[in-house]
Amino acid sequence: MDNEILLMKGNEAIAHAAIRCGCDGYFGYPITPQSEVLETLAAEKPWETTGMVVVQAESEVASINMVYGGGAVGKRVMTSSSSPGVALMQEGIAYMAGAELPGLIVNVQRGGPGLGTIQPSQGDYFQSTRGGGNGDYYVIVLAPASVQEMADFVELSFELAFKYRTPVIMLSDGVIGQMMEKVVLPPFKPRRTDDEVRQQCPWAATGMRGRKKNIMTSLELEPTAMEEHNLHLQRKYQEIREKEVRCEELQTEDAEYLIVAFGSASRIAQKAIEQCREKGIRVGMLRPITLWPFPTGKLQGLAQKVKGILCVEINAGQMVEDVRLAVNGSVPVCHYGRMGGIVPAPDEIVNEIEKMTD
Amino acid sequence: MKSEIIIAGFGGQGVLSMGKILAYAALFEGKEVSWMPAYGPEQRGGTANVTVIVSDERISSPILSEYDIAVILNQPSLDKFESKVKPGGLLIYDPYGISTPPQRNDIEIREVGAMDAAAEMDNVKAFNMIILGALLQLCPIVSTENVLKALRKTLPERHHHLIPLNEKALTCGRKLVANE
Repeated sequence: MDNEILLMKGNEAIAHAAIRCGCDGYFGYPITPQSEVLETLAAEKPWETTGMVVVQAESEVASINMVYGGGAVGKRVMTSSSSPGVALMQEGIAYMAGAELPGLIVNVQRGGPGLGTIQPSQGDYFQSTRGGGNGDYYVIVLAPASVQEMADFVELSFELAFKYRTPVIMLSDGVIGQMMEKVVLPPFKPRRTDDEVRQQCPWAATGMRGRKKNIMTSLELEPTAMEEHNLHLQRKYQEIREKEVRCEELQTEDAEYLIVAFGSASRIAQKAIEQCREKGIRVGMLRPITLWPFPTGKLQGLAQKVKGILCVEINAGQMVEDVRLAVNGSVPVCHYGRMGGIVPAPDEIVNEIEKMTD
Repeated sequence: MKSEIIIAGFGGQGVLSMGKILAYAALFEGKEVSWMPAYGPEQRGGTANVTVIVSDERISSPILSEYDIAVILNQPSLDKFESKVKPGGLLIYDPYGISTPPQRNDIEIREVGAMDAAAEMDNVKAFNMIILGALLQLCPIVSTENVLKALRKTLPERHHHLIPLNEKALTCGRKLVANE
């Protein structure tokens, strides 16, 4: 039933949204705290309804290469994992960026480095926004902050992935993945037919039939050609920077202090803002929704109006580097974060804001 | 109206499912709701807890520093959460396995002998529903009708024959605190 308000985990919402938005295939390997994505798909059996393929691959490396293959034939395909698993996928993601293949990678982050913990973290900001693999590339990174956005961003990710022929990462974490909230799932859309794929993806491997070969590769042994390809990629990244920045402002109109936070940290920060305002400290928030491209321009504007910026992340300080680059010393920038699977409580953020006002 | 609740105890006591039933009942009442479990190794014998928020307004953080209501089912959870109940808030605890009872005098503290009552009902699994009954008697966050609807939603169909037993447990919990 459409428009029905449901209660479910963020991970479950991703699975349902994928089936509903015409996803052609999911390839994944279980890892806490994202295993409910594959579990929900297995329970829903979409191969019997929409024809969507669901494969539990033998590893994360296999999963991402299946996504590479699906993207190469113009299919809407995805994988999901958690931090150490996404680390394993970086080679495949770099290959996709080089070969300009669309695909969705969901990262439900946990504490690191290495195998780390299974509790929530935002420690993969660098990995996601700096291109975790080799070479000069970026991927579009969307940061959902609610179960509703976990559902909504699946289709948005596919749209962006195909519009720009690029991998897209949804960077979530154990909080948003494991929590249950109300959600309205997107309406059912059929999967694209083979004819539609041929029409919409003239670059894809869809059978030659009277046209030139489409070759998808990240390898080019001739350096001048490779530089030309890199310049093309950079022009594409510039276009994405100009057109695809997404962010949300909260109570910035009268704010003296600004919190910058994404994903689950932005939810915790909202509670801290309520508490600060009860104490008479006017705090607002900028929530980057796209972590790459980063809302640099919007932040520069807001920096002119506030006395200080607190970057709240569930890590040792990663996005704060982008915040500092954006404001370029025009206003003091502090950072507050916890690591290793410990999630900051609203009080801790209030304390940090109070320190700034001293 | 907003209720910020922590339910904490041992893994296996039904902490997460009690929270889930409360969350679904709140959904059926048209409230905003969030259910955030401490997931992971806690579920297997260690301490387990879940934060449930039921509100008329949009919920900001699913993670809290302090709570209106704490439902405490073992000593480690009491040690961890007693200090985090807001002044004027409510702490419900089962004395079974509690060696140092709660001390605060700026909150309402209610002892609910749910473990004993469950043993009397000859059904230890009814324990969490007895606690939930007591909680709802003291704080009518959701109606019994919607709790039963939530049970039908969360229990697999093969267990639906247990719903009358759960209803009995809810009533039992209500009586445990109504009599005082």
